[in-house]
Amino acid sequence: MELKSLFFLSIFLFSLGLYGVLSRRNAMGILIALELIFNSANLNFGIFSKIHANPSGVMTILFGIGITAAEIVLGFAIVILLFRLRKTSNADEVHILRG
Amino acid sequence: MDLGLLAFIAWWAPFFSFLIIGVFIRKYGKLSAALSIIAISISLISSIVILLNIRALENPVLKDIVWLPFGTKKGLAGPESIFFGLFLDNLSAIMLFIVALVAFAVQVYSIGYMGEETPPSLGRYYAYHSLFAFSMIGLTFSKSILQMFVFWELVGVCSYLLIGFYYYKPEAARAALKAFWITKLGDVGFITGILILYFKFGNLDIFKLINDPAILKSAGGVASVILMLIFCGAIGKSAQFPLHIWLPDVMEGPTPVSALIHAATMVAAGVYMVSRLFPVFREFPDVMWIITILGAFTAFLAATMALVQEDIKRVLAYSTISQLGYMMAALGAGSLVAGFFHLFTHAYFKALLFLGAGAAIHAVHSNSIWDMGGLFKKAPITAITFGIATLALAGIPPFAGFFSKEEILVATYSYANKIPFYLLLITVFLTAFYMGRAYTVAFFGNPRSENAKHAHDPDLSMKFSLVLLAIFSVFAGFYAGKISHLLEYLTAHEAIEHHGGLNLTVLSLSFALIGLLSSYYIYARAPQVADNTRERFSFVYTMLQRRYYIDDLFEWIYRRIILGLSAFAGWWDRHIVDGLVNWVIYTTARLGRSLRVIQTGIVQDYLFYIALGSIVLLVLILRGF
Repeated sequence: MELKSLFFLSIFLFSLGLYGVLSRRNAMGILIALELIFNSANLNFGIFSKIHANPSGVMTILFGIGITAAEIVLGFAIVILLFRLRKTSNADEVHILRG
Repeated sequence: MDLGLLAFIAWWAPFFSFLIIGVFIRKYGKLSAALSIIAISISLISSIVILLNIRALENPVLKDIVWLPFGTKKGLAGPESIFFGLFLDNLSAIMLFIVALVAFAVQVYSIGYMGEETPPSLGRYYAYHSLFAFSMIGLTFSKSILQMFVFWELVGVCSYLLIGFYYYKPEAARAALKAFWITKLGDVGFITGILILYFKFGNLDIFKLINDPAILKSAGGVASVILMLIFCGAIGKSAQFPLHIWLPDVMEGPTPVSALIHAATMVAAGVYMVSRLFPVFREFPDVMWIITILGAFTAFLAATMALVQEDIKRVLAYSTISQLGYMMAALGAGSLVAGFFHLFTHAYFKALLFLGAGAAIHAVHSNSIWDMGGLFKKAPITAITFGIATLALAGIPPFAGFFSKEEILVATYSYANKIPFYLLLITVFLTAFYMGRAYTVAFFGNPRSENAKHAHDPDLSMKFSLVLLAIFSVFAGFYAGKISHLLEYLTAHEAIEHHGGLNLTVLSLSFALIGLLSSYYIYARAPQVADNTRERFSFVYTMLQRRYYIDDLFEWIYRRIILGLSAFAGWWDRHIVDGLVNWVIYTTARLGRSLRVIQTGIVQDYLFYIALGSIVLLVLILRGF
């Protein structure tokens, strides 16, 4: 398989994630879609690492996954607190910062 | 004896009285009165002691502290510094006596006259009086012109407070404001003159100025302008044309206050200032000429207005303006002695006239001379003392006014231009006539009102003051030689040629006598003459009644021009300046309103914008901008 065709997978994942982030109402869904974007970025790191034969790209993926896991935990915690407070986890129903 | 210390005591005693009354004992009227009178007595006694030891004053007593240090070097104030201090010489010693005596007489008189006031009101009255005496004495002793200006303004404030003493009367409040504003108009010139003088010559010290007028003389035109500006202050304060309009309104205050203001304090300040700086003024004939002609014209103008007044205090008020004109004319004609001597004598008989008028008003409860009449029999002491003052004002020997007026006529007669002399000579007749009219109507004949039938002499304190001032009105004239001798050091170059002296005396005396007798004849025996004249020359009568429309002119200027300008400024501020600010506010608010719609508060919208922005950026980058 052509290595570069994996870029299309990456673009597809990113677009899917972006679409999910913008269109999902549920905050959980947004976070999950966000993961897709992360994955597309990580995939890019992996591809370039392979092309340039440089292992630091793969190392970056490891770090990235770790950081993403931590960040997602934080995100979930915020959503849970939001739900306790507002009895909803829909992002469009929380707009107290409306101008 | 240390005369400087005495002068200092005379100066500050009334101030401490003011302080104590104002802070502690204002609520106790009688106590305040007593304290104030004690303080002014101290001043009076000090001034008498100074006068008795006046020989010791051959060299002026100068004491000062640095007030505003300028050009300081090594902790020492530079020569441009302004000093605050005491300048005691013959002139200020005599002036101190005038102020202290009249203030004393007025304060004693006020015990009786203001007896019906409530205690706090009486305390306030005496506090003002003490402050007034302090300010005027401070002005007298001023060492620098700036210090003089400060006390000058203090005098103005005190007269404002006292004229407006019955502040709940709208006319009184109005008169107080009028006096304050009109004199301020002149003071603007005064302070401008002081500033130019300081920046041009770096010297405001009166002693230095009068001892070395040549410095100013060598500067020429600009010095003339400075002196003219300084004289503007005197025009306002001493009620010279065209700023005389405030003085007649002073009568809205209590009568003793009028006596004080008209005689020794407020209006005397202008004449005193010119006398003080006389050696400087003398060096500038063009300024002197203006002073003379303005003084003579004022004297004449005011005398004509006095002819038709019905309020006894108004008659006296116009006569004050007229007599101040005399003083100014004499000073301008180059005779310090004549001008200052008239100030000296005038202070006594004018204070006496006002106090006498106050006694008459007190007796009949009306200001109009047509409500009085026949007071000679009912209130003999009032009538006799008032009569003495009338004769003194008219210039009948041996009363004080005769001598001083004589000197003034001689001085103006020997002046190059004869117009002031003739104006003043006619005014002698007019003065005698209007005073004769007022006296005849008020004191002779039959009582013209119910109250006048039950009139009586005032109580002891008022009588005391009347008699005290009457004595001075009789004898002050004999000090002509003494005063001219005392002022010699200021008038070294003054050379009055007494040519035509006797003829002049006869002339002015006959004018005065004709005035007095004709007025007596007309108002006591043939009142129809007055009525006929009034009807025949009704337009003149109206013009005099309307005071030559000068007040109307001022009012017109105020209403049309000043208020118009204010209205325009107000419109400009409200519409142009505020409009600009409002436009900025409005635009900002509008912009904010139209931009707030994109702040939805929904996080996904923001993400959408970010994504959109990123795509746009991406496209731009790919196209290489």
